[in-house]
Amino acid sequence: MAVVDYQTEPRPAEIASGDLNINDFAIIVATPNGSGSQTANNTLLRAFFNMGIPVTGKNLFPSNIKGLPTWYSIRLSKDGYQARRHKKDILVAMNPATAQDDLKDLEPGGVCLYPNDSRMELARTDITYYPMPVKELVKNSGVGVDLRDYIANMVYVGVLAHLLGIEIAQIESALSKHFKGKAKAIQVNMGVVNAAVEWSQANLQTPCQFRCEPMAQTAGKLMLDGNTAAALGAVFGGVTVAAWYPITPSTSVIDGLNDYLPRLRMDPETGQPNYAVIQAEDELAAIGMVLGAGWAGARAMTSTSGPGLSLMAEFAGFSYFAEVPAVIWDVMRMGPSTGMPTRTSQGDILSAYFLSHGDTQQVCLLPGSVIECFEFGYLAFDFAERLQTLIIVLSDLDLGMNQWMSDTFEYPEQPLDRGKVLHAEDLKQIESWGRYRDVDGDGIAYRTLPGTNHPNAAYFTRGSGHNADAKYTERSDEWMENLDRLAKKFQTARTILPKPLEMNHENATAGLISYGSNDPAVIEALDRLREQKVNVAYQRIRALPFAAEVGDFLAKYERVYVVENNYNGQMAQLLRMEYPAYAARVVALANCDGLPLTARWITEAVVEQEG
Amino acid sequence: MATTKAPVAKPKINLLGFEQAEYKGGPSTLCPGCGHDSISSRIVSVCFELGIQPYQMAKFSGIGCSSKTPAYFLGRSHGFNSVHGRMPSVATGALVANRNLVGLAVSGDGDTGSIGLGQFKHMVRRNVPMIYIIENNGVYGLTKGQFSATADIGQKLKYAGLNELPPIDLCTEAIIGGCTFVARSFAGDPKQVEALLKAAFSHRGMAVIDIISPCVTFNNNEDSTKSYAYGKEHEERLHDMTFVPAREEITVDYAEGEVKPVTMHDGSTVILKKLENAYDPTNRLEALTRLEEARANQEFITGLIYVKPEGAPTIHDMVHMTDQPLTQLPDSKLRPSREALTSVLQDLL
Ligand SMILES: Cc1ncc(C[n+]2csc(CCOP(=O)(O)OP(=O)(O)O)c2C)c(N)n1
Ligand code: SF4
Ligand SMILES: [Mg+2]
Repeated sequence: MAVVDYQTEPRPAEIASGDLNINDFAIIVATPNGSGSQTANNTLLRAFFNMGIPVTGKNLFPSNIKGLPTWYSIRLSKDGYQARRHKKDILVAMNPATAQDDLKDLEPGGVCLYPNDSRMELARTDITYYPMPVKELVKNSGVGVDLRDYIANMVYVGVLAHLLGIEIAQIESALSKHFKGKAKAIQVNMGVVNAAVEWSQANLQTPCQFRCEPMAQTAGKLMLDGNTAAALGAVFGGVTVAAWYPITPSTSVIDGLNDYLPRLRMDPETGQPNYAVIQAEDELAAIGMVLGAGWAGARAMTSTSGPGLSLMAEFAGFSYFAEVPAVIWDVMRMGPSTGMPTRTSQGDILSAYFLSHGDTQQVCLLPGSVIECFEFGYLAFDFAERLQTLIIVLSDLDLGMNQWMSDTFEYPEQPLDRGKVLHAEDLKQIESWGRYRDVDGDGIAYRTLPGTNHPNAAYFTRGSGHNADAKYTERSDEWMENLDRLAKKFQTARTILPKPLEMNHENATAGLISYGSNDPAVIEALDRLREQKVNVAYQRIRALPFAAEVGDFLAKYERVYVVENNYNGQMAQLLRMEYPAYAARVVALANCDGLPLTARWITEAVVEQEG
Repeated sequence: MATTKAPVAKPKINLLGFEQAEYKGGPSTLCPGCGHDSISSRIVSVCFELGIQPYQMAKFSGIGCSSKTPAYFLGRSHGFNSVHGRMPSVATGALVANRNLVGLAVSGDGDTGSIGLGQFKHMVRRNVPMIYIIENNGVYGLTKGQFSATADIGQKLKYAGLNELPPIDLCTEAIIGGCTFVARSFAGDPKQVEALLKAAFSHRGMAVIDIISPCVTFNNNEDSTKSYAYGKEHEERLHDMTFVPAREEITVDYAEGEVKPVTMHDGSTVILKKLENAYDPTNRLEALTRLEEARANQEFITGLIYVKPEGAPTIHDMVHMTDQPLTQLPDSKLRPSREALTSVLQDLL
């Protein structure tokens, strides 16, 4: 292959209208980390969204502040599919270090944009190349040397605007949103975009087969990441204490709290915060603070990822046995320990479910969309206080940190559920109470809060053996009574947690179970499978322990594919364990490569077995 | 010469109309003679005397024989016997959640000085307003006699052998961490323990009291600096202390220069009768120097080692939170309005 320094003439292509691809392609922008491409990529994403085209953006970034390769993929889908596309159609090759590999990931007939001084090898002949005079355009923009690297990325925004037909007004409005109206920044960036558009008009005559055209599919929709949605949910759920320790990919949950709490939760009378966000010295302290606050009667949460979750294990068991409400948002990433910290995975299912020692089982929620991140953001507190236990919300990097298009959020219709708490007035009405007595037969006892002004209110919370009246005990019968009640409470949890959602098909020959951020890829895969006459019913699990409906679903199909983003097929293992009678039906379809699952992978994996 | 009036017999009923029995807890299960039990008794009588509202108190502890004791005092107060070395975080969370609670924590030298040193120091940094008692016996009592981080270098124990590591001085750690009330005492000196506890209740911020509390089962040989015999023999009080609550008149006569009155944040006074030449507990550097001298010369100094009488901004000030306890906010202040949601969603459209 020839190494081309400057290719002025792109491969001429006659595009018949039949080859035109309108609003159904994926772009990948490859840049070195820290080069400021985020502004450019956000601008593109927003501009498509503003044009009414369903779009999603995924950031694939290294654990590094500057220099290592990073990619941003933008998928336009007129049909509204949101999952990661297996291959991409348009490459913006800003990083010579990865250009060769990036090129391989293009679909045949794809397009590649690259800076004209790049020494990349144009190795494929089935691709149309567009060199961009990045240096010149930036130099002519008059921007100071210190900002040139950042502004350089706006060149590809301009070139893409010309090639794809992105409305310039939408780019400007996206930039305005990005820079929160700061005129100078908008003007500087638009200057480069406009220069790039002008250059493209003069130099790139060839039509491009990828086009975007305005649609009306995004009116009233939101564009945000799951962590922001989680934070907003927590704010509407009445979080009052958040304690945390920084860790990717969960940090932005707390960033979200720090954005929204000052806006929404200042006391109307005193003007002071009705909340406290504390950066702890580590995750042990973070969860300790959450338990202390939950015990005192606050709605308290922390957010973390795998390594932090491991550190929280001892307190998780304490919460389970001493029955202290607490919420952990575990935004899962690749493990173990540091693993690949900026790559997505669903590897904490089993460790979260069994977190701690000595016969614990934890209640987990599995949000599958940004809407559910919002809903579970407030519901997690309701469940924690209702069940008086730790709730672990298992999100992941893909859902938490990437940009998703979403229906708008509904205001929570149910009031806060503060659970079974006896206040001083209640205590006056009753003769006696015991902290761990099962009065209602649902395994959930009544608690009192410190500071309750009644002589019978106090009790002593301990992880060690306690009887129904919270008194110290090492008697086997009293301990077993407690374990039996905790087991009963766990059964109660099954009945009140979010039920699985199902998409049935009358002619389904098999079932498919999945959860969390896999949902968009599964939905798309089901359509592809139907085209190939493979009909499967789909159930998405939204909570652990399993609701009865999960067993019913397993009962219906001879083969049930369990699709998940981890290596060991953890949910499949859990299903086999909880439903031994159906264990043989469970087929694990697990993939763990650091990337979100794709519809193509799921489709092929199912077809291989069903087809 | 300073003279004190003869002590009046303790009344049977306190300001709140409670008898002392209301401040007791369950029966202790510690070894008879354990120093920790005597500290529990001091807590009971001080809370009774000061007229502390039991329902406003919250007790915290980690794990250890010492950490069991909150079950043996203040039975009318909520208690949280947490996990080993992590009580500071639990107490922090609870006291941030409900700023009206009066926090009292009991920990051990292992719980604070070994596994919990990090959380201890960070709690000091955050100045969580509460009393933090370390029942320091130089060993792990509950796990049967291993050395803790406060054991003396060169000490020998039957089970644990020879300790070759230097001790951590938890008072020094507290002062360096920014604590504004740091005291050391001896379980065999009930009067001083009580005076210090009373003063601690008046402090604005975290008050750390490191009390040498002999483990009669594993570390009470005469040659151990954590034994009763050693303490009785070697205790060197920096001063004699009298606590005068804000509501009472100061009735102690004193000659100029012999006594130093320290007015606490809440208006109460700690009268320090000087025993040791011109020791000034309000001087942080002097306090650190004195501790270092005591370490070098193997002196067992007790008393109020360092105090900043006006206290310091607490975690409640640092997070600027509202005066109403977060746990008492009505649901209407917890969930923003429908309009608020519509307005924030506007930005995400
Ligand atoms: C995480 C953890 N590790 C170890 C233990 C075992 N353990 C219980 S008490 C204790 C030492 C307590 O020593 P100290 O705090 O000095 O209390 P003391 O019994 O001497 O009063 C240890 C190591 C535990 N409970 N938890
Ligand atoms: S072992 Fe030591 S510390 Fe524990 S109760 Fe007995 S005497 Fe006290
Ligand atoms: Mg000890």
